[in-house]
Amino acid sequence: MTTAVRVKGAGRTNVDRFLTLLRVFLIGLIVVGLLAFIWQQIDPGNPFARWTHDGEPANRLTADQFQGLIVTGLSQGAMYGLIALGYSMVYGVLGFINFAHGEVFMVGAFTGFIMANKLDEAGYWEGGAFIPAVLFTVLICTLVATLTAVVMERVAYRPLRGSPRLIPLITSIGVSFFIQNAVILLFGPGAKSYPSNPDWLGEKRTFLQLEGTKILVIVVAAISMAGLWYFVERTKTGKAMRAVAEDKEIASLMGINVDRTIVTTFAVGGAMAGIAGILWGLLFRSVIATTGFLPGIKAFTAAVVGGVGNLGGAMAGGVSLGSAEALAPLVLLEPLGVDGVSQLRDAVAFTLLILVLLVKPTGLFGERLSAEDRA
Amino acid sequence: MSEATPILEFRDINTHYGAVHILKDVNLAIYPGELVCLLGGNASGKSTTLKTLLGMVTPTTGDVVLDGEVVNRQPTSYRVERGITMVPENRRLFKRLSVLENLQLGAYLRNDKDGIESDLERIYSMFPRVKERLNQRAGTLSGGEQQMVAMGRALMAKPRVLLMDEPSMGLAPSLVQTNFELIQQIHQEGIAIFMVEQNANMALSIADRGWVLQTGRVVLDDSAEALLANPDLRKSYLGEVGGP
Repeated sequence: MTTAVRVKGAGRTNVDRFLTLLRVFLIGLIVVGLLAFIWQQIDPGNPFARWTHDGEPANRLTADQFQGLIVTGLSQGAMYGLIALGYSMVYGVLGFINFAHGEVFMVGAFTGFIMANKLDEAGYWEGGAFIPAVLFTVLICTLVATLTAVVMERVAYRPLRGSPRLIPLITSIGVSFFIQNAVILLFGPGAKSYPSNPDWLGEKRTFLQLEGTKILVIVVAAISMAGLWYFVERTKTGKAMRAVAEDKEIASLMGINVDRTIVTTFAVGGAMAGIAGILWGLLFRSVIATTGFLPGIKAFTAAVVGGVGNLGGAMAGGVSLGSAEALAPLVLLEPLGVDGVSQLRDAVAFTLLILVLLVKPTGLFGERLSAEDRA
Repeated sequence: MSEATPILEFRDINTHYGAVHILKDVNLAIYPGELVCLLGGNASGKSTTLKTLLGMVTPTTGDVVLDGEVVNRQPTSYRVERGITMVPENRRLFKRLSVLENLQLGAYLRNDKDGIESDLERIYSMFPRVKERLNQRAGTLSGGEQQMVAMGRALMAKPRVLLMDEPSMGLAPSLVQTNFELIQQIHQEGIAIFMVEQNANMALSIADRGWVLQTGRVVLDDSAEALLANPDLRKSYLGEVGGP
């Protein structure tokens, strides 16, 4: 046991005090924000709301708005979760964060753009066969993204196997720039639009009045995650993957081909990112060479929030992050009288990262690493 | 040379880690069904010997021979498929995987479903305690139970030679005794065992033959009884074991 036992008050540096202050501030913000929100929902004209809103009563959030926020959060979160899985799996097996993973997602979104437009020209997209066309596009996007991830591993990371972890980490940033610029070279720097989705998809349906596109995103993401879970937990290759993540030497002693297992890990992570890419395209209908950056960083955040290396955690982290991003501006910040809350989504996401790192550094579902794991 | 071909053989093996010369002209031969041990203190080259046998270290000169075939360049998986398995030092189970998954991974290269099932049953009857804990994470087991799982995992590969790296390391004395009984039990099923040990008395009491390795060189090669009676070994080596 090397954990230093710290006597209260003794040995605390100013940095420790600052971090405690930050913890108290962030948790306080959440508590006060929530209370203010509840009070505002009960009585929009309460004195606190009037004080934070320059004497005006606050806007009460309607049930419809609230539900809309949750669905938006879930659909975005599902995509973050899908991308986060790739970060988490690669970290689990190789112990470094593959920052180029967001680019795999972008490649998926770009492939989706090309496929969707081709299918639209052929009259399959907005016209009759939308669902088969989408499924076909998902398939192709998955293949292209998987291929990108596998080539990336082969060309950029395998030669660095065995070098200190910082080196593949820095390389991954280089790979990220390379892919972005290659896409700019091929397709130009401008934003590319997906064809419009058919009208019936945008309609609100079911008794919950959900938008069809978001239902589609959530359903496809859920199926993919279930498939991945089955693959990792129940198949022989999945078992080999978990074994390699834990102890490469002993895994090879079992006869497992460690290199091939690492490639599989990249492939599966890439496939998930590819699916997230096409879903992104369906939801926002636009893609640009830098599309991978922000969702990539957010998915990385989601992986950290859930506990890096933990697949269930990555999915849960993605959904929590997406929901927090969608809900927090209106539920926590608006009742406190913050202006322009809808601009603060990214700030919310990264504040959540800081909060998790301050309060539970191993992530929500992360396990405490033993000293030998950390070495 | 005896009539049978050795399952596993070292012919004039030399290995280096960078500029450091580890194994020096080592010759070993393990015949089917034997129980042999390799004795030696710290840094005598014991672990390197095992790693070279398994293909995790490539010899600079000399040949590793498996059933008469030179396998110097073959990967670990090739050798595992041909019947070599190791129970590593400190057991090294996959701690986050369940006990059953650990056992199944032992049979990773096998495709005979029925054979795997019946071998699982065989291991449950050998180690009834393991059967009770199948769905538990391997990391939650006690040291003795982990040793059973580690042996079970190795047996699932259907080995003809079982390499054991320091089987008594890190176990309570009472467990060491049980452990050596288990090794004998496995040996009685006709599996050759190559055991690397610091606990020379214990190892030689069950082994047929033994080698003594000192700074990478085989200094003694004899039957277990002869080694136990050898005054040099008693003085320099067994004496040390009785110490701290």
